[in-house]
Amino acid sequence: MSLPDAAVEDAVARMTTGQVVNDLNIQISTVNGSGSQTANLLLMRAIFQMGIPVSGKNLFPSNIAGLPTWYTIRVSKDGYVGRRRDVDFLVAMNRATARDDIMALPPRAAVVYDESLELSGYRDDLSFYPVPFDKLVAEVCPDAKLRRLVRNVIYDGVLAKILGVDMAQLDLALNRQLGRKVKALALNQDALHAGFEFANQHLTKEDRFSLAPMDATQGKILIDGNAAAALGALMAGVTVVSWYPITPSSSLCETLIEYLRKYRIDAETGKATFAVVQAEDEVAAIGMALGAGWSGARSMTSTSGPGISLMSEFAGLGYYAEIPTVIFDIQRVGPSTGLPTRTSQGDILSTALLSHGDSKHVLLLPSSVKECYVMAQQAFDIAERLQTPVFVMSDLDLGMNNWMSEPFDYPEKPMDRGKLLDDEVLNKIGKWGRYRDVDGDGIPYRTIPGDGMPTYFCRGSGHNEFAEYSESAADYEENLNRLNQKFETARKLVPGLVVERVSDGPIGVIAYGSSHWSTIESCDQLVKMAGVTVEYARLRAYPFHADLGEFIDRHERIYVIEQNRDAQLLSLMRMELSSARVVKLRSVLHYSGLPIDAQTITESVLAQEECDLEPAEES
Amino acid sequence: MSTTTPSPGKKKINRIGLELQTYRGGKTTLCAGCGHNAISERIIDAFFAMGVDPSSVIKLSGIGCSSKSPAYFLGSSHGFNAVHGRMPSVGTGAVMANKKMIAVGTSGDGDTGAIGVGQFVHMMRRNLPFIYIIEDNGCYGLTKGQFSPTADLGSKLKTGVINDLPPIDTCALAIELGATFVARSFSGDKKQLLAILKAALSHRGTALIDVISPCVTFNDHEGSTKSYAYARDHDEPLGEISFVPYFEDIEVDYEPGATQEVLLHDGSKILLKKLNENYNPTDRLQALRILHETTRRDEFATGILYVERDKEDFIELLNLVEEPLASLPADRVRPPRKAFEEMMENLR
Repeated sequence: MSLPDAAVEDAVARMTTGQVVNDLNIQISTVNGSGSQTANLLLMRAIFQMGIPVSGKNLFPSNIAGLPTWYTIRVSKDGYVGRRRDVDFLVAMNRATARDDIMALPPRAAVVYDESLELSGYRDDLSFYPVPFDKLVAEVCPDAKLRRLVRNVIYDGVLAKILGVDMAQLDLALNRQLGRKVKALALNQDALHAGFEFANQHLTKEDRFSLAPMDATQGKILIDGNAAAALGALMAGVTVVSWYPITPSSSLCETLIEYLRKYRIDAETGKATFAVVQAEDEVAAIGMALGAGWSGARSMTSTSGPGISLMSEFAGLGYYAEIPTVIFDIQRVGPSTGLPTRTSQGDILSTALLSHGDSKHVLLLPSSVKECYVMAQQAFDIAERLQTPVFVMSDLDLGMNNWMSEPFDYPEKPMDRGKLLDDEVLNKIGKWGRYRDVDGDGIPYRTIPGDGMPTYFCRGSGHNEFAEYSESAADYEENLNRLNQKFETARKLVPGLVVERVSDGPIGVIAYGSSHWSTIESCDQLVKMAGVTVEYARLRAYPFHADLGEFIDRHERIYVIEQNRDAQLLSLMRMELSSARVVKLRSVLHYSGLPIDAQTITESVLAQEECDLEPAEES
Repeated sequence: MSTTTPSPGKKKINRIGLELQTYRGGKTTLCAGCGHNAISERIIDAFFAMGVDPSSVIKLSGIGCSSKSPAYFLGSSHGFNAVHGRMPSVGTGAVMANKKMIAVGTSGDGDTGAIGVGQFVHMMRRNLPFIYIIEDNGCYGLTKGQFSPTADLGSKLKTGVINDLPPIDTCALAIELGATFVARSFSGDKKQLLAILKAALSHRGTALIDVISPCVTFNDHEGSTKSYAYARDHDEPLGEISFVPYFEDIEVDYEPGATQEVLLHDGSKILLKKLNENYNPTDRLQALRILHETTRRDEFATGILYVERDKEDFIELLNLVEEPLASLPADRVRPPRKAFEEMMENLR
């Protein structure tokens, strides 16, 4: 069994079954800075409001205007929201990429295109819908300067007619997006309807794709992971936020600032219960977060790979001086500047061990927008409980794209502010030392400035359990061993595996973060295409729970799915697990900068499974 | 003038009833004769004299000889020895978390002028309430005497190496960037340094004090421009500074014209008996001119170079609630259920 055959079968099936309802991948090719984001979000939201499961991914350049941008909207009646490789329906607005975009389409795909691009000659196996965008926009928008901003909304109108997107829902979505900007709203409405009218009068439906209302999205919300994480931080009661702008993390703090201004101004006094600073760089951002954490605030910063690299020295201080703070890493493609607007899971290993010396850190690995929200809150609790920096490892795909989700829950549990020394504890333990472990969990009691409790000198240099400067070998070793014990405590505090697909077969699959969505789709593909069943466990944190070892023990071989080249999570497992477990681990790796797709996982697993059938490979 | 209450037969206590001993720190491990020890002593004196509760103080530093100092003063304060050059960011976070605390930090000329110049610059810009002391010896003591960015052009290392780059004048830089209290002193001038430190405690906003503090081990030889001998010969005090705290009602007679009175934020006053007729510490351009002119004459002007009393500080700018952010109860930082439901509704 090899996938190319399966793909052909699938494609043949799609071609012969006639109409395809609520199962298509739309790609809109534009130039960035052309106002296409409004039109794309509008389309996605309208489909969402029709009750049809939908996901949108922006594949954009590191540029403000003039470079190619692709937006894909995947409509899936089965609820799959991972990236799909092949495109069914293309909206071609960019001359520079139009030919390549067309040539990459599978047979019987459809193309709505700007008439002036003259694309219909390239292929004879596609449905072409030429639209005179310039003429239509000139009619609805007399002001030439504004035309650029409303031109793209026309294709929403065209698609409404050709695919059956409900115009009422588009109007509703438009109102929601631009409701307060009366003039912009009117212009966009006119453009939307002009597109619809044009298609109605001049275009004949030729392709087999269509949309029909469902009730699969009722009650759900649409949100991106950065906004979800911002909401989580807000509900966690964050009080000090320091940050430095960097793609793809900026919108996390920007959204948080909006929420804070709206919900965290004291009603009586008009004063803020938060402080936000845009720092001079990421080094200062984490320095401020640590200073505030040391002072007892719930503090955080948000960044991406280059910022994480810069924070390295301070991360070690946070670990060794034992200071709580929360760092969101919205991962993008490295090394170096890399591809700033593309996604990856490339910071896992370096962040787990960030800083020199024996440093190691707690990582939370959200897979969904809901987990961005929940884990943001958990991160503050765990950071204060363990008195250490906690990293929330999101990525560009999760952070910047819009995802459907069940609504989030109001936090029911009280915040865990950790082990703060008070009179009662002091009486109980007798002698207090800032780094003295009295409970056997590696976590000492801390005091904070202004709490009236004994003071101490916080430092990154060698210290004994009373926080006194020490270069003693015994002090150093004891301290490092206690920190290790604290890491063992962390293991029990962080969230464990979630078994997403159960199977009692020999094959296990482990994925984490945004890879989840394509992994779950791949689990279904493996059954459908090759009759292969796998048990899939989703990993949610480092250090690993005991349940990871148990999961590995239940299977003969385990595929670890990651969006990086060097199998970073697998490497961490290799460091921690017994060799009997490590030999069972295999990798499925994807590192193109585009979100991982199910087909890639399925192909890789099947290829490796086939190797297994060769007797020579058996050991 | 006295700021303490002597009571016969008893130890001297200050206005909040604490003894001088309370303001001391651990035993210094710096070299005997190091200028930094004298600065620690003046910090102890100033905080004692002003009656500042040590437990309401956070003391910070970066890395280097200077940055060891906080261990040697105010032993019962909250200490934080940060990483090299990054004291400003840690201090900024700490003050934002608890605006009630009084923040004082000691840094060095390398910690501030080289590795930490970025954070230094931005701290001056923000005007965060913070007393920033540079213990300036023109060299890296802890790594055995390499030049730092405040070393003067032509100054000589013990090994005979001549410094061929111009220095950074941290005071001029601070004034340019918007710091609101900028002073320079010499660790050997007890009286002046003490008056400056007291005045800094009465100021609201960033107070930058560059203290020439000779390194007796690596930079106190013939040919060095940061040696005790050189500093004594080239110190150009701008005036005699007297400090009059707001909590003491003292009548001071002074000759009008020759003495200038500068009112500080907390109501305290500094009285300046001018030695340089151009000297007016509330005039920013004048301050910069004096710095440039004295430098050109191979002198260093000492005293309070610039004070701007009423500029909004960073904490005011943040419009924070009265209580420290760090101790706000959960119900004031977690929006209520109704607000949360509204957020969810807006996302549907």
